[in-house]
Parts: sequence; structure tokens; C-alpha cells
Amino acid sequence: MSMILLAEQVLNGLQLGVMLFVMAAGLTLVFGVMGLINLAHGSLFMIGAFAAAAVAGATGSFLLALIAALSAAAAVGALVEVVVIRRLYDRDHLDQVLATFALILIFSEGTRWIFGSFPLFLNIPPYLAGPVTLPGGIEYPLYRLTLITIGLSIAAALFWLINRTRLGIQIRAGENDREMIAALGVDISKLYTIVFALGAALAGLAGALVGAIQSVQVGMGEPVLILAFVVIVIGGIGSIKGALIAAILVGLTDTLGGVLLPALFKQFMEASAATSIGSSLASMAIYILMAVVLIWRPTGLFGARA
Amino acid sequence: MTDVLLETRNVSKSFGALQASKDVSLDLRAGEIHALIGPNGAGKSTLIKQIAGGLKPDAGQVFLQGQDVTALNTPARAKRGLGRTFQISALAMEDTVLQNVVLGALGAGGSPFRFWKPALKNPDLREVAEEALTRVGLQDHATTRTAELSHGQRRQLEVAVALTLKPKAFVMDEPMAGLGTEGSKRLTTFLDGLRSEAPILLVEHDMDAVFALADRISVLVYGAVIATGTVADIRANPDVRAAYLGDEE
Amino acid sequence: MTQMTRETLFNLAMMAGLILFPLWAWIADEPFMITLATKAVILALAGVGLNLALGLGGLVSLGHAAFFGLGGYAMGILASHAQSYSPILETPFVIEGTKSMPVIWLTAIISSGLAALAIGALSLRTSGVYFIMITLAFGQMLYFFAISWPAYGGEDGLSIYVRNGFPGLNTLDPIQFYGICFTVLTIVLILCARLAKSPFGLALNAARQTAERVETVGISPYKLRLVAFTLSGMITGLAGALFADLNRFVSPTMFSWQTSGEIMVFIIIGGVARLFGPVVGAVIFIALEHLLGGLSDYWHIYLGILLLLIVLFARGGVIGTLAGKENAHD
Repeated sequence: MSMILLAEQVLNGLQLGVMLFVMAAGLTLVFGVMGLINLAHGSLFMIGAFAAAAVAGATGSFLLALIAALSAAAAVGALVEVVVIRRLYDRDHLDQVLATFALILIFSEGTRWIFGSFPLFLNIPPYLAGPVTLPGGIEYPLYRLTLITIGLSIAAALFWLINRTRLGIQIRAGENDREMIAALGVDISKLYTIVFALGAALAGLAGALVGAIQSVQVGMGEPVLILAFVVIVIGGIGSIKGALIAAILVGLTDTLGGVLLPALFKQFMEASAATSIGSSLASMAIYILMAVVLIWRPTGLFGARA
Repeated sequence: MTDVLLETRNVSKSFGALQASKDVSLDLRAGEIHALIGPNGAGKSTLIKQIAGGLKPDAGQVFLQGQDVTALNTPARAKRGLGRTFQISALAMEDTVLQNVVLGALGAGGSPFRFWKPALKNPDLREVAEEALTRVGLQDHATTRTAELSHGQRRQLEVAVALTLKPKAFVMDEPMAGLGTEGSKRLTTFLDGLRSEAPILLVEHDMDAVFALADRISVLVYGAVIATGTVADIRANPDVRAAYLGDEE
Repeated sequence: MTQMTRETLFNLAMMAGLILFPLWAWIADEPFMITLATKAVILALAGVGLNLALGLGGLVSLGHAAFFGLGGYAMGILASHAQSYSPILETPFVIEGTKSMPVIWLTAIISSGLAALAIGALSLRTSGVYFIMITLAFGQMLYFFAISWPAYGGEDGLSIYVRNGFPGLNTLDPIQFYGICFTVLTIVLILCARLAKSPFGLALNAARQTAERVETVGISPYKLRLVAFTLSGMITGLAGALFADLNRFVSPTMFSWQTSGEIMVFIIIGGVARLFGPVVGAVIFIALEHLLGGLSDYWHIYLGILLLLIVLFARGGVIGTLAGKENAHD
């Protein structure tokens, strides 16, 4: 296999990884601060994609579409937090799972009701279309490169937010001791709504960005959600740093596994069997990675608590 | 050394910068009640966890009946004869009192991996369970749901569950906590009689009970044992007085 | 005690309903109604399996579709080889396919049991949210495997032309197939009722409430949970084999996370840790699907709202509401 193909796949893996990070960051923050497991996070991803597709269709502006995705997901997130989610903080995980599963049903069918069952398409804007030539002669789609850049910028912004701002201090305090931040005079229910809406906005943005390279359809959020769970399990719950490293690890494993495993099996078996076994195994590669991390470190790479 | 049933040798444990156990060496001999006292935050609970198996020491060993059990987990230590009660009652609150002691009987005699016959109709399990209930005076509450017991009764049930194991050594974490004067007195009398069956390592804040019961007392301050001796020794020890008075102000 | 009686009465009424409704449909010549009842009974069985882990053991597994799917594929693989007369394995020894239900069930139970043992052994090293996410992920792993493994239909699944056979019965007759499924459910319910009161059930139930205590009496909660998870997977796997036989079709959808979610929904609608919780829940689910699905294409919205209301305001489910909150674990 040529180095150029490999480099391309590494970039694809990185692109998948940073988008997974944007999803996982919201999930892990919400779990870290509020102790809530939110299955409906994938629905917010979907809502972002649909909002973007609708606005792009109406205005033709990709930037407006992204803004629409961010604000729609944040608004729905804040609304859901106030109406449903805040009743779940003191409940056990089973109730949280079921209530947020119910939210998935409502959001998915509601979206199908409004937009129909046919996928929508969100086009890559002309100024981001086409390939660019990278050092080493690698031709790579500009849009995917943009995704990597945006993802890494969001990661940097989140680290800044958590470590350098007042909101970040409150978030970190909330992860350590809920009573303490209440005692410090922080309006805790407002903080929770903000954190939830922030996570929702990130999910919505990811949905819009990814929506331009795949079709925008009902059910698009859950596979990403489950991958984000794998990321969190590997990275350790509540750790943004862990989420970033794990997300990139998962992105690379998934992408490279799909290319390398069939090639590897071709070394010692005939081509068609190698392709089928290789690609079947590749589809399980990230879960095997997760299992290995679990055996080695049950609370994830950067997880503090069980 | 023949009579030493439970022993810690140079046990140390740190959490980050905080050293919770410093080179702790203690022993528990047949027939005695050895009280472990110390101000709050002295590391009593951490030490108990290392003895019972919930926490691995960074250094040092724990011996049970002369065998090194440092590497064993909690169930394995219980199987080797360590009976433990908790500071905050750890009971199956939705279950009846009887079910809680039958659980103990299950751990003591035979396997929990029996799937067909009802546990509560097993005569062997019931005998052990009812005997333990009778000894702590809960025999009339067998069918009461544990959540409906008074605080004092839950403390009694804690002891009853430990009794079903017929342990070689007891570790009791503040069994008197939250009991009234009357309850403390009754439990004191009961523990007094229990020591001949198996010695007790007793963590307790109730000084009246400690002074009434203890054959020996060890004082833990900032993770280290600063003194071990008889009641009279400890009362007279200037370090202990300093540590206690210093902390209680 | 009166509440106990009320729940028992309710359970008996439920059993009577599960006998009378299909009999009525048989007499009235409504084979579709029998098929609906069969579906409810099979899904109830899947829920009874999960309830063992979830209700008694407190293990919130969001990956039980893995076992449901494995049971389904055990049926699909064995029957597809039998219908094409090609052995599954030729070397080192020959394994033929089969159209015999008992053999298929046994294979389904063993394979899903082994999978549950492996998945459980890994997942139970963790707890809480980790456990939920990991079981979900392992379920998804098998889903993708089923999609990408071309030998048995990949994404399209496998069709079986004729329902498998049971000695002495005509399984093509809906009422007879219903009878088989109902009998299996009844036997499993009896086994679960015994298990809940057995030493194992007592210890598992205690481990859910206070793992610390169980450890200090010398019992390993990990082992209890692993055995419970494995048994639970076996029952759900058996349900998967029956479900595949009902539809004469298996596809990766059986492995999907929605399937895991729905199995859990049965339990919640009916009542967690109630013996008949999943049975009531599955019956209501099928009834809703039939009635609301006829009214609106978007009936999942109503299901979602119902589920949300139950979780937020009626935590004991239907049985909890009717029979009272006490005695949930007797």
C-alpha cells in the first residue's frame, strides 16, 4: 500500500476522531457535572444536522446553516433540560436511560413527521469544496481538512473554557462537589442548564458539519452516540483530555482497521476471504480496543472514579 | 505468637500527599477486646478497610490466623474467618431481617449457587440464622422489613449477620454509633461475652464502652499508632492526652 | 400481605388472558391475532431474561439485543444450512444444519450463554454508567459484525422458507406454535420464580442493595452477577430463536440498540423486578403497536411520551401502580 493512501487514511481517522470528540465532550461534561447519562445526545446531533440542512436549503448560506445548527440544538437542549432532564439528576441510571430513550423516540419520530423519511442533503459550500495538495503531494478534500481544524479549535476552546474561565471553575467545582458550588452561591440549576445547552450545541454543530459529508436522516445520531460512548469508556468518564485522546484513537482504529486488516489477511489467505474476514473484524476493531482498555484499566485511560 | 488471630505488620497507605496509615503494626489476641481509638480523620476507617480487604496497603502485610492475607480480597478474608460490622449499617433494606441473616448463613455454610430450593425453607440456613437473631434479641422481628427497623435494631442486625459467619476474629466499626445509653449498655454486655468466642478489634468513639470493655487500647493519630496498652496505661499516657485534648479544642 | 395477593391475582389473570385470548382468536378464525399474541409472548420471554439481570441483579444492560440476535442467528444459520442441504462445517468433523426446534433452542441458549459470559466478564469489571455504555457498545459490535459478515446475508438477513419443526406438533398451525411459545414462557417464569427465592436469588438481590455486605459474608458479588448475566442472556437468546422462527427471518436489526431499548421498555412499562413485569409490558407494547400503529405512522411518539410519563411519574410500572410499591422483591 502506498504511503499516500495511508496518509489519507490517517487524516480520515483524525477527522472522524475530532468529530467524535465534539460529541463526546458534551456527554462527558454532562456526566461529570450532573451525573447524568444522556442517550438523547444523538438526537441533538440529528437536530443540528436537520436545522442546518433546512436553513442551507432556504438561504444557501453554509455559515448561516452552522449558526442555525448551533442555536437550534442549544435551544432544544436548554428546553429539554428544563422540562425533563432536571427531574432526572437525582434518579438512578436506569430511569435516566429510559427517559432519554423515550426522548430519542419522540425526537426521531417528530423529525420524521416534520421532514419526512427521505434523507436531506447538505452541500459542502463551493469555497470549501475540492481537494487541496498537502506537503508530500497528498491530495486531500479541503472540507475534511476544515473539519479537522474546526474540531481541534473546539478542543482548544474547551480546554481554555474549563481551565481559564469562571464558568470552567464552576464546572470543575461541580464535578468535585455539588454541595460546595451551591454553598459558593452559584445558581446551580442555571449552571446545569448552561452546561447541558453547551453540550447540546456542540452535538448540533457536529451533526451539521458531518451532515455535509453524509446524508441527513432520522437515526443518524445513534451510531455516533454509541461511538462517543466507546470514546468515553476508553478515555474515562468526566475527562475532556481523555475524551480527546480516546476519540482520536477510536477514529484512527476504525479508519485504519478498515484498510489495514483486509490487507493484512491477504498476506496469508486468498483475496476474497481476506476481504470479508478483514472487514468483518475491522467493523469490530474499536470494540476490541475498548475491551482491551477495560481489561487493562477498568475506569478508562484518564478516569478517576469507577 | 500462637494466640494472635489478626495482625497488621507495618501497614502504610497514602492518598496523594495524605498519609492515611503510617507503619501500623497491631495485633489481636485470643479472648481479648482490642479497642482502636483516635480523633476523627486519624485513619481508623482506612485501616479497617485494609484489614477487611476493601483497600490494599501500599506497604506492609495483614495476617489472619498466621496466614498472610494481604493479597486476598474481602470475600476470601471473610471465608478465612474475619467477621466485620460496618459503621453505617450495610444491610439489604428492602429485605426482611431473616433474609439478611440467611445471607450471612449462606456465606458461612455452603454455596450461594443453588437455584431451585427456597433459601428460607432450608433448615440448615434457618438454624444458623435464627440462632444469630436470638442471640442479639431480634428473634421476634424475623419477618420485619429491614427498612422498618429502628436504628438500634439495625445495629443489632449488623452484629447478627457477622455472628452467622462464626468468625475467628471480629472487626467492628463503631457498633455503638447512634445507640442510646440503654442500647450501648446492652451491646456492651453482649460484646463482653462475645470475646471468649472470638476476639474483637473494636473501633469506637463511645469512651465509656471502650474503657469498660477493652483489654488493650491502641491510639491512632494522623495514621500512626502513638500508643498501645491497657486502659490504665492509655489513660496515663501524656502523648495520648496531648493528642486528644489538642484535637478536641 | 393483601398486596402480595393482589399481585398474585393479577399474575393469574394475566396467565388466563394469555390462554383465553388466543383461544378466542382461534375459534373466531383470526390467525393474525394469534400471531400478535405469539409475538407478545416471545418478546415477554426476552424481557423476562433481561429482568433477571436488571430487576434482581440491578444490572442495567443496554446490550441484550446481542443475545436476542445470537439466538435468532443460531436459528437462521442452522435452518439455512438444513434447507440448502449444505453442512455448516466439514472439517475436522461434519456439522449439519437442522430444522428441529429443540436442537435449535439448545444451540441458541448455549451460544448466547457463552457470549453473555464473555461480555459479562468484561463489562462487570465496571459498574454504573460504564456498564450501561459498555453493554451498549458490545451489542453494537455484534450488530456491525452481522452486517459485515457476508456468509449469512449481511445487511439483508436470512429468510427461512418453512418454520422449523417440533416433534409431534404442526408448527405451521399458528395456535400450535403459540402453544409452544406459551409453554416455554410458562416454564421459564416458573424457573425464575424459584430462582428469585433460592439462595442464589437471595444473594443476588442483596448484592444489588449492598454489595459491601455480600462481600463481607464471603460471597463475591462479581460471580453472582456474572452468573445472573449469563442466565439472563441465555433466556433472551432463546427468545431470539423463537422470534426468528415466528418471522421465518433473521436480520441484523435483531442486534440493534433499538431492540435492546425496547426489551428494556417492556420491563419498565410492566414493572421492574416483578415476575410478570415484562409479560405485562410486552402485551401492552404489542397492543399499542397494533392500535396506535394503525392510527398513525408515528406511533413511536406516543410510546415515547407514555414511557417518559411512566419514568417520571409512575415508577413501579403497571403492576407497581395496581399492586402497590411494597413487596417488589418478594
